[in-house]
Amino acid sequence: MSIFSTKKSWINLTIWVLIIALIIAAPSVLPVFRLNLLGRYLSLAIVALGVDLIWGFTGMLSLGQGIFFALGGYCAAMFLQLNSSGGFPNGIPEFFGLYGVENLPFFWEPFKSSIFTLISIWFLPAIIAGLLGYLVFRNRIKGVYFSILTQAALLVFFNFFNGQQKLINGTNGLKTDVTQLFGQMVGSEIMQRWFFWISAILVILAWFFARWIVRDRFGNILIGIRDDEARVRFTGYNPVIFKTIIFSIAGGLAGISGALYTVQSGIVSPQFMTVPFSIEMVIWVAVGGRGTLLGAILGAVLINYAKSLVSEALPASWMFIQGGLFILVVTALPEGVLGWIRKGGPKKLLFLIGINKKLETYPSLEVNEQGEVKS
Amino acid sequence: MQLLLESLFNGVAIGSVLLVAALGLAIVFGLMGVINLAHGELMMLGAYSTYITQLIFKQVSFLKPFYDSYVIVAIGIAFLVSGTVGILLERTVIRRLYGSPLETLLATWGVSLILQQFVRSVPLAYASGLVITLFFGLFSPLFISDDLLSGAKGKIIRATTWGFSALLGVATGGILSSLVSKLSRASARNVDVTAPSWMRGGIDFLGITFPKTRLLIILITLISVLVVIFFLDKTAWGIRIRAVTQNRPMSDCLGISTETVDIITFGIGSGLAGVAGVAVSLLGSVGPNVGGNYIVGCFMVVVLGGVGNLLGTILASFSIGIMTDLIGAGRLLTIWPEMPSPLYSTIDFFATTSMARVMIFALIVIFLQFRPTGMFPQKGRMVES
Repeated sequence: MSIFSTKKSWINLTIWVLIIALIIAAPSVLPVFRLNLLGRYLSLAIVALGVDLIWGFTGMLSLGQGIFFALGGYCAAMFLQLNSSGGFPNGIPEFFGLYGVENLPFFWEPFKSSIFTLISIWFLPAIIAGLLGYLVFRNRIKGVYFSILTQAALLVFFNFFNGQQKLINGTNGLKTDVTQLFGQMVGSEIMQRWFFWISAILVILAWFFARWIVRDRFGNILIGIRDDEARVRFTGYNPVIFKTIIFSIAGGLAGISGALYTVQSGIVSPQFMTVPFSIEMVIWVAVGGRGTLLGAILGAVLINYAKSLVSEALPASWMFIQGGLFILVVTALPEGVLGWIRKGGPKKLLFLIGINKKLETYPSLEVNEQGEVKS
Repeated sequence: MQLLLESLFNGVAIGSVLLVAALGLAIVFGLMGVINLAHGELMMLGAYSTYITQLIFKQVSFLKPFYDSYVIVAIGIAFLVSGTVGILLERTVIRRLYGSPLETLLATWGVSLILQQFVRSVPLAYASGLVITLFFGLFSPLFISDDLLSGAKGKIIRATTWGFSALLGVATGGILSSLVSKLSRASARNVDVTAPSWMRGGIDFLGITFPKTRLLIILITLISVLVVIFFLDKTAWGIRIRAVTQNRPMSDCLGISTETVDIITFGIGSGLAGVAGVAVSLLGSVGPNVGGNYIVGCFMVVVLGGVGNLLGTILASFSIGIMTDLIGAGRLLTIWPEMPSPLYSTIDFFATTSMARVMIFALIVIFLQFRPTGMFPQKGRMVES
């Protein structure tokens, strides 16, 4: 079967062509400020893909993806801070001086290595997600209990990072925009352009990766867990393993996303681990269309772009719009925008407002004008 | 001994705030299976109701002599305000989502965002006007006989009651904003509720000072718990609520209006959030985000206690409260100063309010490893809930 044979694929293809055209055109069209924003939103699309994998496909609503997102960000920021702190007293990042810390805390040491950092950005969140996930799934905690527990875990991490000035600069977070990488300021225009390209490429790679995961048997089992976990277990599969693996993958994606977001926004702070931010990630996926990978990307980019535009024009109204969006999506568009389009929503809408004619339905072809059934 | 008593009191005080906040949630979540993330915002509405009541008592001349008793009036008002908003929420959003808790969670989060922004950008006077409109609009049909409400005539009557309620609401808004200038402008700033004179200071007992506000909160909690237990155990509607909880289709078959039960349950749960809001407003300043600080703690209480079990909720909140005080205030260090140094530094590390939270949530997660369904799990023969 060719991948372009169905209607679904045509919609996908159109959206992909649009996305790629947008990505290629953006650097020459948009001013650096907007380009940087777009780059950030593309990196957020990666975490949205992870949310889609665990929520859209496996049915686990995690409200704690911010943990892994921020961990990835912290990994990147620690490396950048160490990389450019040679000139400071004791050769350690400047903020340590404020709290009278003279020796680098032990867990900072390995982040002097760039290879370790590049691995830990996704590996550390993935491991922590796997551990947390295993402990929770092993006890068959699921549904809303899982959501509440992930939210509690988020608060644990938030409070921890927020309170530890001497270890990771507490509530102030770690700045990256004035650090050096390859002899360039991370916050400089040329670096930001590079980060945009990296984000764009990584989003596409992450999409292929996620698609590869959900296409085959593994994906079918995930969907099976979502629809009826007990039955999957009775069929002889152990859902715990699958859930742990997919949760860990989502954690890794969140870590990559967090690192990219951090270098583009110039700071990582415990604010990445606040409750609202993690719930927002879910709504990007819900609006885009859960269970459709493309929907997650579209949702993340479009909602965030809308957010920045609306907040610039009418700061107070964004909360109303966002709140309304939550309610609307859940009650009226449970499949998200993409799911709605794929299920023929636009046609129904055209029919409702009277532009499109209703299709001749099957029984009416069988009945003649007198209402008799044709023989 | 003195130290123990003080620690116990502090723990009970923290626990009773948690309990009164979690009580409404325990009812809504435990009995209806609805995750209401807007619970914190309903608390926030209760806290703002206290603030508004206080200002009214201060400004209106014939109420001035009774200023000291405004807190008691505020409890009733907060219950009605949050209950009304809760019922509106149930009627418009949640009733479409029964049976899909994750969707409810997202929708109620949306509601909570809207409520937060609402108190920021709408003057409180008109916000109270809107609540009054809702209150009379939703409840006045209950006092009109069913014959009048049926058919085409009924529609007109319903529309008329809403019209009158709207008029009443606009009038209230206008009067309030002209009477109390503080309520006539929207403001995102936090406000403060000042306790009446009889609630300031403390009571000395065995050489320890017990702050009176804390004692009052414990009292409010105690009364709320007793009323809820009485309501669920002894009244006809309480019994119906429990019946619907146990077996919804069967209760429906036996002629219980499950829809009405849902409304009442949700209304009471939300109203209790309002009462919790009064308690919270006495502890610190009131702002749009005040509820968000409590919501996760409340859910932890309910999960730890075991869903649908009031006794579990009570025990869970007090044990969390006492643990918070033990860890957060570093009590163990004062009791046992010569403990081995690695232990000492570990406990010292967690001896702040935020780190105590870290510790307690971690402990709860560990506890749930052994008892995944909480202290008092629901008994039953369900394979999957």
